[in-house]
Amino acid sequence: MLEIIDVSRRFGDFVALDKVSLHIQAGEFFTLLGPSGCGKTTLLRLIAGFDHVDEGEILLDGKSLTALTPEQRPVHTVFQNYALFPHMTVAENIAFPLRMAKTAKPVIDLMVREILEDVRLPDKANHYPNELSGGQKQRIAIARALVNRPRLLLLDEPLSALDAKLREQMQIELINLQKEVGITFVYVTHDQGEALALSHRIAVMNKGEISQIDEPSVLYSCPDNRFVADFIGQCNLLDATVISVGGRHLRIAINGLGELDVCPNPEIDFAEGDSCALTLRPEKIRLAATLTKEDDEVLFSGKVHDMLYLGDVTVYIIELASGVLIEAMLANDAPGRTRLFDTDDAVQIAWRTDAGHLVP
Amino acid sequence: MLFASFRYSGEYGGLAPWYYIEDGGFTLDLTLENWRRLFETEIYLSLLIKSLTYALLTTLICVLMAYPLALMIARSSKRYRDLLLLLVILPFWSNFLVRIYAWMIIFSPQGALTAALNVVTSALGLEPISLMFSSTAVITCLVYVHLPFMILPLYANLEKHDNRLLDAAQDLGANRFQCFWLITWPLSLPGIYAGAVLVFIPSLGIFAIPDLLGGTNGIMIGNVIKQQFVESRDWPFGSVLSLVLTAITLLLVLLAAKLGRPAGEDNGKK
Repeated sequence: MLEIIDVSRRFGDFVALDKVSLHIQAGEFFTLLGPSGCGKTTLLRLIAGFDHVDEGEILLDGKSLTALTPEQRPVHTVFQNYALFPHMTVAENIAFPLRMAKTAKPVIDLMVREILEDVRLPDKANHYPNELSGGQKQRIAIARALVNRPRLLLLDEPLSALDAKLREQMQIELINLQKEVGITFVYVTHDQGEALALSHRIAVMNKGEISQIDEPSVLYSCPDNRFVADFIGQCNLLDATVISVGGRHLRIAINGLGELDVCPNPEIDFAEGDSCALTLRPEKIRLAATLTKEDDEVLFSGKVHDMLYLGDVTVYIIELASGVLIEAMLANDAPGRTRLFDTDDAVQIAWRTDAGHLVP
Repeated sequence: MLFASFRYSGEYGGLAPWYYIEDGGFTLDLTLENWRRLFETEIYLSLLIKSLTYALLTTLICVLMAYPLALMIARSSKRYRDLLLLLVILPFWSNFLVRIYAWMIIFSPQGALTAALNVVTSALGLEPISLMFSSTAVITCLVYVHLPFMILPLYANLEKHDNRLLDAAQDLGANRFQCFWLITWPLSLPGIYAGAVLVFIPSLGIFAIPDLLGGTNGIMIGNVIKQQFVESRDWPFGSVLSLVLTAITLLLVLLAAKLGRPAGEDNGKK
């Protein structure tokens, strides 16, 4: 539905986007995720038409958008700061795109009332934006952008100004709203948790390029490279060298850990001597005072170097004898206990050979 | 001044005593004569209306001239903005009267402007025109003197506008004209009201400009008030005229203050 083909954008010497290509399906909740300066907002502005492409093409339903000005594109944006018009009431704000489209007055009134019901603010029609709370402003901004049913809705970090509790609630509302209206959403965020929670597919961006496009669960468990593994969720990244290939397992050497077996990455064929990295999620590591090594497991001893109590879980930084630090995680689910270990306690950690994921 | 407006003028000008003691009795010596004179003499009311028209015209022309300028300054890059603002206030560096005399030279019958205009009029077979001592000269100079007072508040307002609102409007289907007319213009109204008060009030009471450039046609209410106090030394009637002018001004300021605070309160500021 939306095709972005080899799009580049440069600002002076700075390459904001370098030959980016994407294909977004109709009805999809698609997220552009990346750290600030990765080019995600630039890409959004190119789709909306606030900026022009240096090279490449953007097609919507097979037709090029390049020659169209923002007001001619069937694409609406929800801005980070909401950008509600302060001198208009909520109803007037929402009616704005309908007025621009020369919709008849009775139809406008009806549509405004309907969309206000959808965002559950029917009694705020005659309020001014400065009389609303952050979450309400956000809902009005979304209502305004959705009311005349654009082909595509762009959302530029719409939840970043809200507090954590409200953000979670709005995430659920966004998912439901998108399901209800069936409009394609392109969502920009730097918050990986938000991206995982909301999206059908995510494009992880870094330095003007796309690192990986996949479903959230694939991105999390099978990252294509170190950047994605590190950017999404907590991760132990261990530099390694391939010792031998063949058979069920790959044998790798990690500084400070010695040689160990891992499952191969089905996507990539490693050869002997290749350098790579083992990505290991903290929740996949078993942690106890003493452990018995099971088949298909590797086991190490160490002591608690540091810990972070997060309420539901505690993150332990384990220092192995060689000085390597490994992050592990334990749920605080034992009754009456807040945490299991203290700093400098001797512990053992173990993980299955298929727990890690090998990336180049 | 209200009190003075009910007294008689003194024998040699100024104010007469407001009471006299006769046969041991105390008698007030006040009158409504001054007020009657205002409403019964057509010339003063028509002068008042004429002055209001001049001030209104000046304000309107100032808005029309200042708006594009203020918008241009507010949207120019930070580097040039200070320089442009300096150019706006540059005339304040020379004396007010000196600047009016400068206009006298420009408007004078031998001046280049008049000469050039008369070349055109004679080519069209019309009578030669004189710019000096006319309402045109007075209003031109009023606009010239007060223009910065319109530009500065307007600029202060426009500069605070959130450009993302224009992005949003455009994104939602508004063309450039609609962006201006539906977003920028209504949000700038408080700036216009503030500027209008700063231009309208001094224009209404001014006497120096019509004195020097207006001749007999360009006279304004300010000149008459000055005349009553200085030349005729009729302080009570001068007081009446001043009071009327003050009352009108006050009403208009109240109106502007009411208009300047529309709904939505924070007016596009972040």
